[in-house]
Amino acid sequence: MAGIVSYGSYIPYRRLKRAAIAEVLGGVPGKGEKAVASFDEDSVSMAVEALRDALKGAPNATINSLFFATSTPPYAEKLNAAIVGAAALLPAEIRASDMTGSIRAGLSALLQATDAAKATGGYAAVAIGDSRLGAPEGRIEQTSGDGAVAFVLGVNNVLAEVEASASATREYLDTWRSQGERFPHSWEERFALTQAYAPLFTKVIRDALEKAQAKPADITKIILDAPNPRAVDEIVRALKLEPSKVADTFALTVGETGAAHASLMLTSVLSASKPGDRILVATVADGADAIVLRVTPAVAAFRPLHSVGRMVESKGDVSYGSFLKWREILPTEPPRRPDPERPAGPPMLRSEKWKFGLVGSRCTACGTPQLPPQRVCVKCRERDKMEPYPFADRTGRITTFALDRLAYSLNPPTINVVIDFDGGGRFLCEMTDCDPEKAAIGGEVEMTFRRLFTADGVHNYFWKARPKR
Amino acid sequence: MASRGIKDRVAIIGMGCTRFGEHWDKGADDLLIDAAYDAYESARIDPNDIDAYWLGTTGSGVSGLTLSEPLKIPYKPVTRVENMCATGSEALRQACYAVASGAYDVAMAIGVEKLKDSGFSGLVSAKPPNDGTPASMTPPALFSLLAPAYFKKYGLDPEKGKDVLTRIAWKNHHNGARNPKAQFQKEVPMEVIRNSPKIADPLGIMDCSGVSDGSAAAIVVRAEDASKYCKNPIYIKALSFVAGPAEGPLRQEYDFTTFPEVVATATDAYKQAGITNPREQVSLAEVHDCFTPTELVLCEDLGFSKRGTAWQDVLEGFFDLEGRLPVNPDGGLKSFGHPIGASGLRMMYEMWLQLRGEAGPRQINNPKVGLTHNLGGQPGRCVSFVSVVGSQVG
Repeated sequence: MAGIVSYGSYIPYRRLKRAAIAEVLGGVPGKGEKAVASFDEDSVSMAVEALRDALKGAPNATINSLFFATSTPPYAEKLNAAIVGAAALLPAEIRASDMTGSIRAGLSALLQATDAAKATGGYAAVAIGDSRLGAPEGRIEQTSGDGAVAFVLGVNNVLAEVEASASATREYLDTWRSQGERFPHSWEERFALTQAYAPLFTKVIRDALEKAQAKPADITKIILDAPNPRAVDEIVRALKLEPSKVADTFALTVGETGAAHASLMLTSVLSASKPGDRILVATVADGADAIVLRVTPAVAAFRPLHSVGRMVESKGDVSYGSFLKWREILPTEPPRRPDPERPAGPPMLRSEKWKFGLVGSRCTACGTPQLPPQRVCVKCRERDKMEPYPFADRTGRITTFALDRLAYSLNPPTINVVIDFDGGGRFLCEMTDCDPEKAAIGGEVEMTFRRLFTADGVHNYFWKARPKR
Repeated sequence: MASRGIKDRVAIIGMGCTRFGEHWDKGADDLLIDAAYDAYESARIDPNDIDAYWLGTTGSGVSGLTLSEPLKIPYKPVTRVENMCATGSEALRQACYAVASGAYDVAMAIGVEKLKDSGFSGLVSAKPPNDGTPASMTPPALFSLLAPAYFKKYGLDPEKGKDVLTRIAWKNHHNGARNPKAQFQKEVPMEVIRNSPKIADPLGIMDCSGVSDGSAAAIVVRAEDASKYCKNPIYIKALSFVAGPAEGPLRQEYDFTTFPEVVATATDAYKQAGITNPREQVSLAEVHDCFTPTELVLCEDLGFSKRGTAWQDVLEGFFDLEGRLPVNPDGGLKSFGHPIGASGLRMMYEMWLQLRGEAGPRQINNPKVGLTHNLGGQPGRCVSFVSVVGSQVG
């Protein structure tokens, strides 16, 4: 039976305390904090983080299709999944598509990928990232958080089988954002709650349980994701679900991570599950999807590289002022430096494996790893004796560093580090997710895929270092 | 295969230099005209007697027309050269080889940069279209990489390290205060330097060279012809230039406390000039103090101080105007300013003045051998130039 073979999840390092919003804008201080994508992150870059972990959990899986889901695609026209695939070093010979338009896109992608795996007998990958932007003072600003999750689906070595699913789609006006708009709008809450969420949630959950020949009591853990937490309460009551079985929504620590959220909760539940557990996961928005999964013995041997729990604990605060600046809600005076220039198409294609995959080279004559990839060896000077050598998963240490207060950045000062990789290779690059006073010689770093800047509508993705998480 | 040099085969018979600084009322054309005519007058030579020109500029124009057009130079060879911040020195090197080869009798090297028209802070350089991956660090950040590495290697705590850097900037301002052509002609108290706003920690704005407009020029002939033009020319003892293989950002062996390119050019130049102990034999040096840590490291790379000891020499005043080996007696890039294409020739202009006893209040007592050092790029990935010049043949 088709199901989840591997998974990875990603929660960005930065946290915005909800009380920090009220300190600036007034109003009742919200409780807890939310995870926010840094100034150099977006749905694509975060999805890459999660997918890299998921692929490492299934090292022998040859992926034949990739589904990228988000409600906040960086490109409106241009395949975002292609960037995700390039950064994760997926082969060129794959199907790839973006699924967007609703936070429901996440579970939709999971179902599509399951069907693809079932139909082909091969492996499909899902990468879901979201970074929704609510207008200041609004409800979405309070409730939303940023994050990503990814799965590999297949028919072999499955750790959670998709037993059954049910879907429903209806046209109703609840949350919307038109082309060119930055912030979503919402209809008055009672309408969607009574007319859409409650009936649709009830319907798909009942249908899925019926198809799986399961009663609510048979389910070990229930994951319910809805734009309005009250919809969750209502469904728990209506279906007489046991509240202790309802999974934590990370409302106080991460926030509602849009298209990624149901799946992010699922990875958290999976990491604590035992063989034989049955999990119900459902999301409601523009309709609803529900999936029943059965955990297999393979789950016991699977350890996520970065568990949700660990990522929740690995964090640093951002002020509300910086957050508004990062999201370009608060315009600031540009530095007296030239604007960054957009990267050029032909050189990006020539260096695709380097730019997106951080693949350097290793000299087969003398064994020296080097990056960017070279033709003439920097050590032994042999020409064209190189083999590809990936650096993305390698850790290193800081040899020296610089804090650049003059360079263009949404988050000055820019921290630059010279990294010496374990196993060889040196690289000079930016360091992110780090406070300047913490940069130090000897610090341990790992690599992360980021959006450096956007120029002329071109998002310039490349790799940075970050302190090991 | 060898770098044989052209010791004592070429002489400088005249030089010109504009004041460096914010020339709001002058464009690159004006600066070139001023420096060139200053040099013609210095050599008491008619412009028509120059056979060929080498023009150095990194961004104030392209091609020889940048010079021939404003000066109305009639149908002569004018070559524009560029080698980052060593551009001015490169122009001089080409002009020297041209007369040494016998191809021309009289050549001018001239450098110019008009930086203050850009509207930006610091230097700005255009890159060819690229894949968006090269690190986009500013020059102060690139050179600041030296500071933590040097401090750590030689056990200087950051406060002590900052003292050393501050002392370098303080010295160069002290010297510039005695130079009527410098951009900044004021001494600056150590506390002001130390507490200046941070640009690339630990560097403050006062650790950075002056962004400046300016031009400088030299006229060269074969040494045997020099007496026809000039009673007291200065003689080229050595010219060395290298472009490094840019290993620093790629190889873990490089530790950011040295410029291997500078070591290579210094070794070559000392061999050409017959210098065996630069700390004792060099009377004065103009070095590329683009940022204070650069000067610190250079003094070791040029053999003025043993490895790991330049910081002590700095604190003890060894490189002061009144010290045993004055470094940047004209104020250096720090205080004289750094109009890129002109800087290498400005360094030589100080040799011209000092070796001829014309340096006024900053005149060094009876100098015999001077050194200029000019580099472009970043630690571990740069071009470097070293010249040795003297007041006498032999």
